[in-house]
Amino acid sequence: MTMKQNVDLRVKIAGVELKNPVMPASGTFGSGLEYAQMMDLSRLGAIVTKGVSNVPWAGNDVPRVTEVAAGMLNAIGLQNPGVDVFIRRDLAFLKQIDTKVIVNVCGKSEEDYLEVVERLSDEDRVDLLEINVSCPNVKEGAIAFGQNPDSLFHITQEIKKKAKQPVIMKLTPNVTSIAQTARAAEAGGADAISLINTITGMKIDVERQRFVLANRTGGLSGPAIRPVAVRMVYEAAQAVSIPIIGMGGIGSAEDALEFILAGASAVAVGAMNFHDPLTMLHVIDGLEDYCRRHGIERISELTGAVHA
Amino acid sequence: MSSAVRKTSTLVQSARMISENICELVLVYPAGERPEEAVPGQFVMIYPNDGAHMLGRPISVCGYDPLAGALRLVFRTAGAGTKELAALQPGEHVDVLGLLGNGYPMEELRTRKSEGAKIALIGGGIGIPPMLELARQLPGCHAVLGYRTNDLFLYGEFEEYAVTAAATEDGSAGTKGTVLDVLKQDKAPDLICACGPLPMLRAIKQYAEENGAAAFLSLEERMACGVGVCLGCVCTTTHKDEHSQVHRARVCTEGPVFRAEDVAI
Repeated sequence: MTMKQNVDLRVKIAGVELKNPVMPASGTFGSGLEYAQMMDLSRLGAIVTKGVSNVPWAGNDVPRVTEVAAGMLNAIGLQNPGVDVFIRRDLAFLKQIDTKVIVNVCGKSEEDYLEVVERLSDEDRVDLLEINVSCPNVKEGAIAFGQNPDSLFHITQEIKKKAKQPVIMKLTPNVTSIAQTARAAEAGGADAISLINTITGMKIDVERQRFVLANRTGGLSGPAIRPVAVRMVYEAAQAVSIPIIGMGGIGSAEDALEFILAGASAVAVGAMNFHDPLTMLHVIDGLEDYCRRHGIERISELTGAVHA
Repeated sequence: MSSAVRKTSTLVQSARMISENICELVLVYPAGERPEEAVPGQFVMIYPNDGAHMLGRPISVCGYDPLAGALRLVFRTAGAGTKELAALQPGEHVDVLGLLGNGYPMEELRTRKSEGAKIALIGGGIGIPPMLELARQLPGCHAVLGYRTNDLFLYGEFEEYAVTAAATEDGSAGTKGTVLDVLKQDKAPDLICACGPLPMLRAIKQYAEENGAAAFLSLEERMACGVGVCLGCVCTTTHKDEHSQVHRARVCTEGPVFRAEDVAI
């Protein structure tokens, strides 16, 4: 019989300590309100909010979601109530929850992003900012900033000038070299990066001979994208020294460990929250169990443990 | 009002096809996790066991027995997910989230009924099953059911609770035509509750406006989460929605039942 060993699941992202490395991916958890009756939100390492913009956004037409093999496509189009209501309603709710808060920020122009960043700068409930420069489903802004290393470098720099909280740049997989965009974010002053956002995809209804999604294209997420995401986290980890939050189809502790071993300091669960709202709690328990079985005292020891 | 929502492993009590491509599943919640009641119009997310299908399928409640914790679902087998659900065997388990969403406003309906209002329950195609629980909880209404052919699934059960009439597209039973053709044969109802395909709901909305009737419509939309976080299943609203701050409401959370005048369909 072995002694029950304590496992330290704490990780640090840009100087902010999380009680464990598990959080929801932006857009799959609202601000946690809807899931509060199903789980103890304070068990999460952090809550990452749905993207928030300077004014309310109506998003795309329906159909906005559809299932594909081991995954889903979405083209919500970043519908959100705008930063004023977000602060009044969502941040007020999050004040009651004992966990870190990462607010995801979206915009159509540089000014949009900066306005939200400034509005949030005095909100002490915001621990970190995650900048969405990678959404494939809005026509202006978003992904355009994230696909070109020069624009990514520039907008990161501008946001860093205004932001009072540490800045995570969320990267798109829809690029030729993730190492190049990761380096651009780091050079622009990003405190951390998160990846991957969804992979642009398309589904066609063959009976009706038309696009399934009103937006025609959508972002692919779920287990189908996991190997791509693990590979990209690995490549980014080889390219930069800032912390990485890894995501893409995580549904179990084993999945999360792939990302951590590839170089992620923390992980996010996205589409699999829709399969089972308690997925994150299972991942946290499974990480603790894994560390025990492998005699690992601190989960942070595992970050990047697999390399060439 | 509603008990805590969680994903629950339910026991398949029976599974059978009741019509061409129409499956009836009866699922039993485990003791201690049984919803106290089902409001007609509510739905569950039901998850195929095959891991390649990660999302739940939203299916409306056709019947619920709170004492036995038995949930009856009647749905069309359309894609691979619903076909897998239709192949479930008694004794197997299947995961269910819910009851979810807001059903029909039962208090208001009961009050209107007791005041003598003529209430019509309209179901079209696979929109028929959810109206059965409403007919059961609000007996003495008029039910108008729209079918393609004389394969009148659930029709006999409606007759136990409601004055029931059918419309068939091919005229092989009841009135040839649509549910509207049946409605127009009689004095207009004061209040309409409807579930069915979008063209039918549009026609009902217009008919209700023209005849000064109140109408409640149960909307359908593709869903991912079922609980209001993903914003996949929105409908367009006629007023700014409180939650979204735009003219969008979540079908899963603010609906699926809406007042006809509140939605632009």
